Formats: sequence, structure tokens, C-alpha cells
Amino acid sequence: MSGSKLVPYVQAAPLAIIMFTMVGIPLITVLVISFWDSDGISLYPMFRWENYTEILSRGLVYDLFLKTFIYAAITLVLTILIGFTCSYFLVFHVKNLKWQIALLLLCTVPFWTSNIIRMVSWIPFLGREGLFNSTLIQMGLIDAPLDFLLYSDFAVILTYVHLFALFMLVPIFNSMAKINPNLIEAAQDAGAGSWMILRDIIIPLSRTGIALGSIFVLTLVMGDFFVVRVMSGGQSASVVSAMKNNIDQLYYPQASAMAIMLIAVVLLIVAAILRVVDIRSELAK
Amino acid sequence: MTASKNNKVSTGIDRRGVLKGGAAAAGAALGSGVLGAPMIWAQTIRDITLNQAGPSYSVISDITAQASADLGFTINPQVVDTGSLMAKVVNQPETVDIADLEFFGLQKVYRSGNIRPVEIDRIARWDQMTPLMRDGKSFDGSALSEQGTLPFKVIYTDDASSTNFAPEATGFTTCVPTIYNADTLGIRTDLVERDVTSWGDLFSPDFEGRTALVNIPQIGIMDAAMAMEALGLATYGNKGNMTQAEIDVTIDKLIELKKAGHFRAFWSTFDESVNLMAAGEVVIQSMWSPAVTAVRARGLACVYQGLQEGYRGWGLGMSLMSHLDDMKRDAAIDYINWCLDGWQGAFVGRQGYYSSVPETALAAMTENERGYWYEGKKATETILDPYGAVMEEAGRARDGGSIQERMGNIACWNTVMDEDRYMIRRWNEFISS
Repeated sequence: MSGSKLVPYVQAAPLAIIMFTMVGIPLITVLVISFWDSDGISLYPMFRWENYTEILSRGLVYDLFLKTFIYAAITLVLTILIGFTCSYFLVFHVKNLKWQIALLLLCTVPFWTSNIIRMVSWIPFLGREGLFNSTLIQMGLIDAPLDFLLYSDFAVILTYVHLFALFMLVPIFNSMAKINPNLIEAAQDAGAGSWMILRDIIIPLSRTGIALGSIFVLTLVMGDFFVVRVMSGGQSASVVSAMKNNIDQLYYPQASAMAIMLIAVVLLIVAAILRVVDIRSELAK
Repeated sequence: MTASKNNKVSTGIDRRGVLKGGAAAAGAALGSGVLGAPMIWAQTIRDITLNQAGPSYSVISDITAQASADLGFTINPQVVDTGSLMAKVVNQPETVDIADLEFFGLQKVYRSGNIRPVEIDRIARWDQMTPLMRDGKSFDGSALSEQGTLPFKVIYTDDASSTNFAPEATGFTTCVPTIYNADTLGIRTDLVERDVTSWGDLFSPDFEGRTALVNIPQIGIMDAAMAMEALGLATYGNKGNMTQAEIDVTIDKLIELKKAGHFRAFWSTFDESVNLMAAGEVVIQSMWSPAVTAVRARGLACVYQGLQEGYRGWGLGMSLMSHLDDMKRDAAIDYINWCLDGWQGAFVGRQGYYSSVPETALAAMTENERGYWYEGKKATETILDPYGAVMEEAGRARDGGSIQERMGNIACWNTVMDEDRYMIRRWNEFISS
């Protein structure tokens, strides 16, 4: 009897051990170090709140979080729009399963190369003397190159959307494909217009995908520093890029305190999403 | 593979013998150092591998390959930027054998105790080293600027186990200086409409939206301070060691400029600075010398403009890590001595950097190269970089002139300030403003 009780624990043990050693211990280390002191070389073990109070007492961290939120929010809206419309097209307009799969695979083609290449390839395109600007100038549409295209928030968000749209598309496609076509037919028979079907059937039934995709996109944007650095030309910073600056200068406790705060904020956001959409029960359907 | 490796080793040992012979002949004092070195057996020497870690302008695979061939053991180049190298020296010292640290990096990490000083009598050519490094004096014996990390202040220590710097020359060195240079602003002369003569032009409205700064806080703030001082916006007790108030004034001005759209970008890596300049995104910015070269190699008019307020100096040296055993340490010291023999000095010289032992570096260059790189003379024929690409056509002289004009005119040195932590926090505010 006791043996059968133990079985689930034994089954969960390998994952638990991996999670504890690979995720738990590093996280605990970060948490512990966030209370230590450092002079840029040595770490001094102690318990003090100063790393946190120092960060929270200055406007910087609020600006950084605000900036990161704005990036995340705009990216989220755009990737949902793109992901939803593409999925809608794939699921409801392309009826043939083979074509659906082929077109979905086509969406993943850009992901066969590295993130960095896809990001950096925008630079010669958007630059002051880049392809886009010189084309516009040659066509006589503008006199002077458009500066806002590169090394700007525009460039950062464009890159985020480009890099992360697929993480939204695939989950939405997945949940949309599960919608029973009979349901839509029934709605049509009952006199619902296409807008009503979209609002009352398709969007509610796709929300698991939207929620999952949102978690992916949010965590990716919130955890980024490289795209911000390269595409804003160092003009903007994210929470992580400030952390990176601290790490580069060997101020690990300060970086750890920032990391803990970022983790807390991201957890709160994910918890909020999970409150709205019960992903587990939806996926089990 | 094995056969060719053996060949390499045997010729290496021969050449090494020649080098040693040459070194011994060069001076009696250094002869004792070489002859007194413990005998290393040819068999075991081959098994030695030294990891040399440092920035891309110092740790170069062509140099380590040549040294490995000459010396008979392997030097493995690891390119890491100064920030990461500082972290490695402090946290993972065993991953590095020889650390090529910039002087300001050394200043910060030396007290970790992970670097063991080198007995100066084991460095054969220490006596021939430039007074800029060895004595902290300019060419004519006058004092150098002490704003920032003057190399002299960080290259000596009292004894083999001290983790402090000695204020005067001693018998122990924390690092053997190898290369140094005078930094200034890079300018696209074809895209600026007027002459640029002052650091103040970095903040000039004429170049609004076409200016960039380096996003390494310690260096970026120094460039900004040079501009502030030139424009009379601030006076500094010591630009290399600002007070909090001085940092505030500087950063506040930078934030104001940034909000007004003065800066196009802040670059972090060498190639970013090259691309900004080559793509015409930026016409005036902080830059390294080889980056200017790289822009010019694309056929674009880019100069490393000497400015009336002087240069920002920097340099680096090779430090030996404490964990090296005797045999590895002997090999590493052989390698350091090899680096001062001229081949390495000439190689880095062709990138625009100066050697700490100019005598040997100059001897390894052609007369045309000596004239162009060190003496401020017009090139008599095409100047090539170490990889054979054309750097300069005949008839042109180096920007800023001779080594005396350039290094003799250092206004401040790259450094870490006492208020480093405060400065970095404010710099972060600037970048994210």
C-alpha cells in the first residue's frame, strides 16, 4: 500500500532533481548573492537590503521597467494580430491539411537561421544609407533619409515582432485547429454573421493559444538585452541590459537584486495570464 | 599531422636558441637571467599549452602561432573583452594562464591575488623599455599626465606576494607592458563640412544626430569629460578620478544631449564602431585606431584626428596568473621575452599600436613603415596592414604625427575611478534615459 503511494514521487523524482539542481540552486544562489556586498572584486557575504533599496530609490529602475513594459506590450499586440490573422487564414481558408502544414512550415523558414543573423540583417536595410532609405530617395518620396528607422524604438520593436511572431503563431494555430468545424456551421445555421462567429466562438476558443503565446513573447522580450542594444544602437536599455552592465563591471550583488526583481515581475505577469486563462484545463480538453 | 608538429617543434627550438643567443649577446645583465633559467627538456616543453586571454587587438592568432613555432610550446589565444577578462581573472583564474589586461583592468583586479608578479631581472629587455611605461616619464624626461591610470602607477609591486601597487619602481612587475596608444576621435572627413580641432566638437550642434560614444562607461565618460572641459562646461580636479559632483555634471549634460537627439548610437564592440562610421550613420565618434583603419580600408575618408586638448592614452601588459607551475611560468616568461623581441611589436605596429620596446619593433619594420607609423613621415610607398591589405597610399602621413607628438600629448589615461560604482549607476541612467 505504501509502495503504491511512493510510485508518483519516484516518477516525479528525475525531473524534480534536474529542476532543483539546474534551476533551483542557481536561483537560490542569485537570491542569496542579491543581499551581499561587493566592491567590484570581492563579494562580502552579509544580509543587507541596500542593493534593493539602492535600486528602488532611484528613478532608473522604474524607467527601465516602464520601457521594457512598453516594448513588451507593443510587441504583444502586434504578434497577436499577426499570429491570429495568419492562423485564421491557415485554419479557415486553407482547408487542405497538407497545404496547412506546408504553409505553417513555410512560416518557420526564417527560423532556420540564427536569431542574430535575422536581427542584424535589418541593419543594412534600415540604415541611413540603407536599401530602404535609398530606394525612397531614388523614387523621390523623401529628400533626406528617415533616421527613425534604425537605432530607435521602432527598430527594436520591429525586430522583436520579426523574431517572436512565430512563438505566437504556433500556439494560436494549435488551439484554432482544434475548433470543431461543426460548431461554426451550427452558428451559421443559427444565423450568426462572420463577425459574431469570430467574437463569440473563434476568439474565446483560441484564448489558450493566445495566452501561451503571450507568455512566450512576454518572457522573451522581458529577458532580452541583445536586441535592444544592437537595434537601438545602445540608445535604449532594458532591465536586463542594465543588469548586464553591472555584471560586466563585476557588481554581481546589484545585478542579482535586479534579476530577482525582474523574476518577481515576470512571475506576477504570468500568474495574471494564468488567472485569466486556465491553460492546464484547456490543454487537457 | 604529428610529423609536421614535430618538425615545427624542432625548428622552433633552433630558432629559440638563436633568440636566446641574440638576447644574451645584447647585454651582460640579461645574459645571466637567460642562462640562469631552469633547463626545460625538449620533450616536456612540447606538452606545454599556455592560454593567453585578452582583447582582440592584443591576443592575435597570427602572433601566437608565430610564437608557438619559434618557442616550441603552444600558446592558445582566447579573445575576450577587457570586462570579461577581469571577471575571468577574479572568478575563474584557472581558465587563463597569461592575462593581457588593460592597465585600468589590472588596477581593478590585481588585488584579487590571482596574478603573480614577475621578477624584473627575468625580463631581458626591461632596460630597453620605453620610459613612458618603465619610468612614467615622457620622451624628454618630463612628467606624463597623471589623470587616470598612469601605467607606471600599476606596473610595480613590492614583492612576489603583494597585492598592492608600489609607488616607485621595484624589482617586481605586476604585468609586462606590451602595447599602448593614444586615442582620439574618428572623423569622416568627407561628411563633416568643417575642420574638427577640439574634443568640444563631440558635442557640437553641427553634428547633431551624427555622433556616437563608446558604451564602455569608464572610457565613454572620459571622452565626454574631454569635451566638457574643452567647451568650458566643467572643470575637473582629475578627469581620471572624478568626484560624485563632477560625475553628475557630466552625466546630466550627456542626458540633456541625448534627449535632444544628439547621439546616433552608443557602440560596444569594435565592429559596431566600424559599421557606424562606414555606413555614414555617424561622422564623429569615439574610436580605436584599427577601427579607423578598417573604415579607411573600405575606401572611405576617415581620420583619427589629433585634437588640441590632447589624447586619451591607454595600454596593456601581460600578467602571469598565480596558478602556473614553475615549468609553465618559465615558458610564459620565455613567451613574454619573445614578445619584446620585435616580431610582435612590428605586427601590432602595423595596426597602429606602439610597442613597449620600440627599438626591437622598429628594427623588425621596413624603413617606410618606421617612418609612417612611428616617425610621422609621409609614406614613401604603400603601407600595408599585418594581413597585407592596403592601409595608406604613398605620400600620406599618419594622423597626429610621430609617436612623440602623439604619446607626448596624453591628457588622461583610461582608468577606473574611486567612484566607479556611482559612475556606472549614473551611466546606466544616461543610456536608458
